[in-house]
Amino acid sequence: MVNRIIVGAHYGLKDWLAQRITALLMIGYTVIFLVVWPRPMSYAGWKALFAQGWMRFATFLLVASVLIHAWIGMRNVWMDYVKHTGLRLALEVATILWLVGCAGWAMQILWRI
Amino acid sequence: MPDLTAKKKRPLWYNLSPLNLPLPGLVSILHRVSGVVLFLGLIAFLYLLDLSLASESGYAQAAGLLRAPIAKLLVIASIWALLHHMCAGIRHLFLDVDIGTSLRTARRSAFAVFIASLALTASIAVRIW
Ligand code: HEM
Ligand code: HEM
Repeated sequence: MVNRIIVGAHYGLKDWLAQRITALLMIGYTVIFLVVWPRPMSYAGWKALFAQGWMRFATFLLVASVLIHAWIGMRNVWMDYVKHTGLRLALEVATILWLVGCAGWAMQILWRI
Repeated sequence: MPDLTAKKKRPLWYNLSPLNLPLPGLVSILHRVSGVVLFLGLIAFLYLLDLSLASESGYAQAAGLLRAPIAKLLVIASIWALLHHMCAGIRHLFLDVDIGTSLRTARRSAFAVFIASLALTASIAVRIW
């Protein structure tokens, strides 16, 4: 067993900060979306919205934010409740696969337009 | 000389049932629950986005799916999860930078999170029903 120092500064601070920054980005996207979503909703308007370069860029940032944010969040939840190391590792791997899969799918949807 | 090694019997009165949580506690646990719900709901959201952007008929199909009452209930529940998570998240960010940390204001902001997210959800719910 390696002697690990379990007290000290900055453990998890980067993740904590990343979760806050991505939260702010997602709030920003929500505000933008509420301003620009097509009214009334129609296929043409919906498609035109996501065909714009800046909207794709913003949505790409949203997807990246959700990926990072939800990874840190779900890892925290697993760490709190799942004490069995092997099981927790499996759940964490599943979380990553799920999130990366979702992000890939989102990119495919956006760049297919 | 007191026996320092003996385990003292301390009363355990914790009652962590959600129904007994003070309002800020309820906001907090629902923030966690809504975060997990959003995480699991990603796939449904992506499915609808995919369908609606694929073609004119896909868009109509997605709109058709969302017309079913059960679908509407799920959409409303998801919107509430997102709004609660976002409002509680914003409150959390303020608390992180030490704003509103007194018991009085923390209780008030917890109350505001419930009111804001429920009111916004209700206003959207009546529109899409
Ligand atoms: C819309 C804007 C959002 C804001 C402002 C926001 C804010 C936050 C904040 C501040 C935290 C940290 C809570 C803590 O440290 O206890 C958090 C945790 C979390 N978020 Fe978000 N979030 C947002 C969107 C999302 C989305 C879209 C998802 C999922 C796809 C998500 C999933 C989670 C999860 C799973 C946690 C961990 C919950 C916990 O540890 O109790 N969040 N969120
Ligand atoms: C006067 C005593 C205590 C104070 C003022 C206090 C305060 C706090 C604060 C401010 C947080 C951060 C909450 C957040 O960012 O979400 C926290 C988290 C936590 N505390 Fe305490 N705490 C106290 C006692 C304890 C005790 C006795 C335990 C365990 C036996 C404990 C276990 C935890 C855990 C596990 C978390 C992380 C929870 C989470 O992020 O979901 N705390 N505490």
